[in-house]
Amino acid sequence: MNRINKIFKEKKNNILSIYYTAGYPGLGDTVTIAAALEKAGADMLEIGFPYSDPVADGPVIQASSKLSLDQGMDLNLLFEQLKELRKTVTIPVLLMGYVNPVLQYGVERFCKACAEVGVDGCIVPDLPMVEYEEFYKETFLKYGLSNIFLVTPQTSVERIHKIDSLSNGFIYLLSSSATTGQNLQVSDTTEAYFTRIAAMDLNNPTMIGFGISSKETFDKACKYANGGIIGTAFVKSIAAGNLEENIETFMAGFRS
Amino acid sequence: MNYFVNEKGYYGDFGGAYIPEMLYPNVEELRQNYLKIIGDADFQKEFHHLLKDYVGRPSPLYLAQRLSKKYNANIFLKREDLNHTGAHKINNTIGQILLAEKLGKKRIIAETGAGQHGVATATVCALRGLECVVYMGEIDIQRQAPNVARMKMLGAKVVSAVSGSKTLKDATNEAMRDWINNPVDTHYIIGSVVGPHPYPDMVSVFQSVISEETKKQLTEQTGSDQPDYVLACVGGGSNAMGMFYHFINDENVKLIAVEAGGKGVDTGFSAATTFLGKEGVLHGSRSILMQTEDGQVVEPHSVSAGLDYPGIGPQHAHLFKTSRAKYVSITDDEALDAGLLCTQMEGIIPAIESAHALAYLEKMKFTGGENVVVCLSGRGDKDMDTYMKHFGL
Repeated sequence: MNRINKIFKEKKNNILSIYYTAGYPGLGDTVTIAAALEKAGADMLEIGFPYSDPVADGPVIQASSKLSLDQGMDLNLLFEQLKELRKTVTIPVLLMGYVNPVLQYGVERFCKACAEVGVDGCIVPDLPMVEYEEFYKETFLKYGLSNIFLVTPQTSVERIHKIDSLSNGFIYLLSSSATTGQNLQVSDTTEAYFTRIAAMDLNNPTMIGFGISSKETFDKACKYANGGIIGTAFVKSIAAGNLEENIETFMAGFRS
Repeated sequence: MNYFVNEKGYYGDFGGAYIPEMLYPNVEELRQNYLKIIGDADFQKEFHHLLKDYVGRPSPLYLAQRLSKKYNANIFLKREDLNHTGAHKINNTIGQILLAEKLGKKRIIAETGAGQHGVATATVCALRGLECVVYMGEIDIQRQAPNVARMKMLGAKVVSAVSGSKTLKDATNEAMRDWINNPVDTHYIIGSVVGPHPYPDMVSVFQSVISEETKKQLTEQTGSDQPDYVLACVGGGSNAMGMFYHFINDENVKLIAVEAGGKGVDTGFSAATTFLGKEGVLHGSRSILMQTEDGQVVEPHSVSAGLDYPGIGPQHAHLFKTSRAKYVSITDDEALDAGLLCTQMEGIIPAIESAHALAYLEKMKFTGGENVVVCLSGRGDKDMDTYMKHFGL
C-alpha cells in the first residue's frame, strides 16, 4: 500500500503535513530537514522543487525557490539527494512543483525516478485535471504515484466529484482562492465551504492548506478535514539560525 | 491543415490551459462565454462603433513610395501606429473591456512590457469607468517613463514587478497572482496571444481586424486581396496574429514573423524564441519558450520592451512547427537602423518593435512587383529616449 493511503488509514485525523523547498536554506539541507521533521512529529512531507515562475506561490516560497535555484538545485540533484532520504525517513513524501520542469525532465522519467527514490505522490498546481487525465494519468498510475488535486471555494460540486474519482491519495482543499502565504480566516463562507465538502462523502480524505501558520489555525483545519498542510510559516521559520533547533521549536508549537 | 484552435483549446500540439485550480473558474467562465458574447450582434455593433469612432479605424494601408523603390517591391505599411494610444494593442482592449462588462466584472488587471498594452488597458478602463491595475516590470518602468505617466494620468495604478528579470515575463506572473487572489470580480486583460485557452484565440480574433481591413484595402489598391508577403514582429505575437489571421488559409501568401534577436541569437542576450526555445509550458499554455535544460525560464533580452518575452503564443508555435509561417530574427542594432531609415524615408517614426519587421526587408530579395505588407504595429514616440541614446540625437 502506498504510504499516503496507509497514513490516512492508520491515523484518520490531525494529520500534519509540512511543505518545504528543496535546496533551501542550504542546497544540501533537503534530507536533513525531512529527517528532523519526521523526528519532530510531522506525518507527511511535501518537498517543493523550485521553478523560476511560480505563479501560485506568494513571496516567501517564491524567494526560497529563487535562492534554491541560484544555489544550483535541479531535478537531477534533487533525485540524487532523495536517494538518501528513505534510509532514515518512513513517512509519506510528496514532491510539489510546476509542470514545465517535469515536462523537460520527461514525464515517464520523472515518475520512474520518483518511484525509485520512494516518493509517494505529486502536487503540480498548474497541471489541471483535464490535462492530467488526457496526457499523464497513465504514467503516474504505472509508477504508483498519487497525483494530488487542489480544490478551492470556487470549485463546483460536479468538478469536486470528478477530482475525487481521479484521486488516489487525498484532496488538497485550499482555505481560500489565493496564492500561498495568506492567513487562514475561517469566515462563515469558508466554514460553509468546508462543511459542504465534509458532507459530500468523498472517497478520498482531505487536507486543508494555504494559510495555516499556528496550532490554532491547524486545529481549525482539522475540524473540517483529516489534517492540515503548513508551508509558508515553516519556510519562514528555517530562514536563519540552527536548522534542527528551528524545526524542533516550530514543531513543538503544534504538539502543545 | 487546421491552423486555428480546436474545441479542446489546442493548435496542433500547442495551447491548452495549464493553470492552477484557483484560476479554473475564471478561465472556464471565459471559455464558456467568449464566443457567444463576441458573436452577439449588439456586441459587434458596439465593438465596431468604438473601433471606428474612438480608435480611428480603419487604419490606412499606406504604399510607402520611397521604401518601395529602395527594396524593388511594393511595400505597404498597415498603419496601426495611427490608432488611438499609438499601437495595435487598443483593438484587443476595446474587445476585452466590453467582454468584461458583459461578464459583470468590476476590476481590470493587465500586464505590460513597453507600456502600450498598459496604456491601452488604462484607456479603455477610463472610457468605461472601471478600476484598473497594471503590472509592469521595474526595468520597463524605468525605460518607458512616458507610458507610465500616461497610465497614471488615465487613472490606473501601476504596480512594479520586482521578481526575476523585472520585465514582461514577471509582470505577467504578478498579474496572474493578482487574478488568483481576486477570482470573482476581476478580469485579466492579457495583451498578447499567450495565456491559457481561450486567451490566444480571443486576442487573435480581436486583432484580426488588422488583416480583415488589409484584405479590403489591398483589393482596392492592387485588385487582389492576396499579397506575396506579410511581415510582422513577434514578442508574444498579437500584432502578427492579427496581421496573419485572414491570410492563414491563403497558402500562397508567405507569412514572415520577425523575432527580437537582441544582441545576436548566440550572445546570451536575445529573445529569439523559435531559435533558442523548445516546447514547454509558460503562463498557462503549451508553446515554445526559452528555457534551461531543467525547464527554468531563461531571461530574454531585447532593446524593445514589447518583444522582451521568452515565449510565443501557441498559435505561433503551431505555425512555426508546421512551417506555415517563417520565423526569423533581427538584432537590436538592425531594428534601430531600420527605424531610422523608415523615419527618414517615409516621415514615420516606428516603434522599435515594428522596426524589427521593417528591418527584415533588408534581408529579402525581390524581383520587382511583389506586394509586401508590413504591420507597423506602433509608433515610436515611447522609444524616443532609446533612439536618442543610440543615435546620439
